[in-house]
Amino acid sequence: MRRKIFPYVPMSHPEMNDEQAEALGISETIPPIALVEAAIFAAIEPVPSGQLELLLSAYPDAQTRLAEILLTLENHYQDRGVELVQVASGWRFQIPKAVTLGLEPLYQEKPKRLSRVILETLAIIAYRQPITRAEIEALRGVAVSAEVLKTLLDRQWICPLGPKEQPGRPMQYGTTQGFLDYFNLQSLDELPAFDAENPIPILDC
Amino acid sequence: MVAILETKPLATVNGEAWHKWPKDLYIPPEALAVCLDQFEGPLDLLLYLIRKHNLDILDIPVFSVTQQYLAYIADMDVSRAELAAEYLVMAAYLVEIKSRLLLPRQEFVDDVSKFEDDPRADLVAKLLEYQRFQRAAQDLDELPRWERDLLPVQVYMPPTQFSQRWVAIPLNELFSTMGSLIERQRVLTHHVILPEAYSTRERMGEVLIKLRQTQAWVPFVFLLCSGEGRPGVVVTFLAVLELIKEGLVEADNEAEDFSVCAHEPP
Repeated sequence: MRRKIFPYVPMSHPEMNDEQAEALGISETIPPIALVEAAIFAAIEPVPSGQLELLLSAYPDAQTRLAEILLTLENHYQDRGVELVQVASGWRFQIPKAVTLGLEPLYQEKPKRLSRVILETLAIIAYRQPITRAEIEALRGVAVSAEVLKTLLDRQWICPLGPKEQPGRPMQYGTTQGFLDYFNLQSLDELPAFDAENPIPILDC
Repeated sequence: MVAILETKPLATVNGEAWHKWPKDLYIPPEALAVCLDQFEGPLDLLLYLIRKHNLDILDIPVFSVTQQYLAYIADMDVSRAELAAEYLVMAAYLVEIKSRLLLPRQEFVDDVSKFEDDPRADLVAKLLEYQRFQRAAQDLDELPRWERDLLPVQVYMPPTQFSQRWVAIPLNELFSTMGSLIERQRVLTHHVILPEAYSTRERMGEVLIKLRQTQAWVPFVFLLCSGEGRPGVVVTFLAVLELIKEGLVEADNEAEDFSVCAHEPP
């Protein structure tokens, strides 16, 4: 699905001579901001910074330049119908939540709900990864059905992280970049704070 | 249980007359599927009972909770034995706790061992932990979600034929590229003192992640980390060669910049 930049063609190479530029059908230099904006708009999935950097690799200070461009674009789309955000896999344009809610009259579809078992299992994996199936079961006090794991794996929200070094070598699971993308997060640090407080006081009996 | 009065029934459920509103959500034994969907296991059912009766989770009246709990699982369909089993284990556990509470207790105990000795402590810890994850799941549910709260934006890009840059370059070009890279790194980083050697295996992983993230042909120089100097170049080069050998990465030895690209992950 991801559109591959293949082979990589520098669109606005400052050292490109006219002949080369003409061969590529470029009559004049494209502003780098337009390149970055177009690349993100055209992509189906979030565009990694590395790919955007590659677009600007003709410039000596590609990295700083890219950061400036992204900031400019972010500000440009403030309070508009689309917003530029960074999620775990890269940059994407999206319709902000508030605007989506406003579009409701146009769409009859009911928002899809996630079942409690899916949400709870996902929450346990997200906050306790790497975690084995048995450990999830111990926390929930009930068996984790194969369908639940399969659903989470199929949606590419979790992935196996390798076996745990204990008898039986059970597989450990963790969340994926796709999980972070789905919940509009850049990293696991951005998850809502887990209520680790609430200590168990001395029981009075 | 609901007392049945000899008056006009309020409702008739499956032919059975109801004279009084159920005190709480009534789960007919036939509706096992509903019941099991309602509760995510014995811990969930226990938490529900505790909340329903406004009980203190830290001071559970084990006897009454066990009674109510047993009443619920008595209504469960025994044909779903594997699911009922988990509930039965909890029932046995509750009864065990109750019986241990009934045992005569040692008088000379300090506060710490008093807490540790409480047979309910394990259960309370489990319930609290589960409750935390229930809250975490709710928090997760409130996050904005892709394609539900946040819609994708896509702009049509007319199909374009990107021309391919196939340049016939002899293999030894690769080695001279390598040489010039080393030379360049030497000039750029002569003042950098590296405390330890880089691991090829580690670098292989880094390179692969970088390539898979980029998902495109990238020149070799792109894989280098500035500041690593000559050892950095060598280890990256070795890592790329290893990756090629393992078939994880493809190299275009005709490209003048020694482009590499990751194969699609399986």
